[in-house]
Amino acid sequence: MSLLLELFITFAKTGLFTFGGGYAMIALIEDTCVEKKKWITHDEMMSLTVIAESTPGPVAINCATYVGYKQKGIAGAIAATIGMIVPSFIIIFLITGFLDRFLEIQWVARAFAGIKIAVGILIVDAAFKLIKHMEKNPVSFLILTCSFILVLIINLFSVNFSSVALILLSAIVGICVYLSGKFRGR
Amino acid sequence: MIFLKLFWGFLKVGLFSFGGGYGAVALIRDVVLHYGWMDDEKISYMIAVSESTPGPIMVNFATYVGSTQAGVLGAITATVAVVIPSFFIVILILSLLKKASENRVTGAAIMGIKPCIMGIILATGVYMIFSNCAGDIADINIDFTNVAMTIVLSLIYFASGKVFKKRLSPISLIVISAAAGILVTI
Repeated sequence: MSLLLELFITFAKTGLFTFGGGYAMIALIEDTCVEKKKWITHDEMMSLTVIAESTPGPVAINCATYVGYKQKGIAGAIAATIGMIVPSFIIIFLITGFLDRFLEIQWVARAFAGIKIAVGILIVDAAFKLIKHMEKNPVSFLILTCSFILVLIINLFSVNFSSVALILLSAIVGICVYLSGKFRGR
Repeated sequence: MIFLKLFWGFLKVGLFSFGGGYGAVALIRDVVLHYGWMDDEKISYMIAVSESTPGPIMVNFATYVGSTQAGVLGAITATVAVVIPSFFIVILILSLLKKASENRVTGAAIMGIKPCIMGIILATGVYMIFSNCAGDIADINIDFTNVAMTIVLSLIYFASGKVFKKRLSPISLIVISAAAGILVTI
């Protein structure tokens, strides 16, 4: 199978199972692109997550473009990105006509109640896998703990706070730690 | 010209929504209300539909609005527009990344961002499991079916790697959970 077709099919499969806002998809990408196909390494998976999270646009699209581009340049990026979009495009396009009654379909609602449980588990799994491969030092543990607690509070109490601010702040912490290390090194 | 409006409207959504998912909803709302493509009631309904269909919420909205406003071509126009910004930004970053990561300050910033993003992902997963099992924090209501399903599915997912040689794939977990959701309520 040509690599372009393989990229398209792999991401179409991923796109078909991407529920719940992109994070659960990190577990899917880890499973197919890192472990099975070996298209990217654990390290690249980490940079991919960083890029997807700090750039605009859906995380799923960022991931597809990244992996596709790494494998086969612009053509690969296009094949993977289109693959990612096609399933949701077809599904939404098909249900447009009876959108008003879509949520009344009982088995759809029940199936999704089940899928929500899987999505929670997959997101936690994705986080554990990334943490396992993280460079371990006191500063990174501190940032990890702080961002975990803050985001949990933000979610639990529906505080209006953008994760972009948090990412910028941790970038500044990273730079400060580097500069202070350099200063002491003198 | 409706195609131009669809393209421009969803290009903005794709360009300015960071972190993916629900952060994007406010921006989508602004755009679709501004052009009069949807009203608030329809927006909330579409959010619920997006949650129960695969694919990024932005792509779901783009496909839906495009197809209701201008058929298949409209759907394609809006969907392409919402994807284009992240596509080019990821490629731009990838072609600059090699040089950038050699820069010590950028490297230090990324060292700070990595653990922060892992904290965000972990907190999102933990919150999702919490709200599946206990509902809203202001009005805690334990859902025993969901608690049982979370425990059983986690055991199946994490233990399958220990019992059998191969661990259950995330896609299989999603399929099993959807089936379980349908069966549990019968």
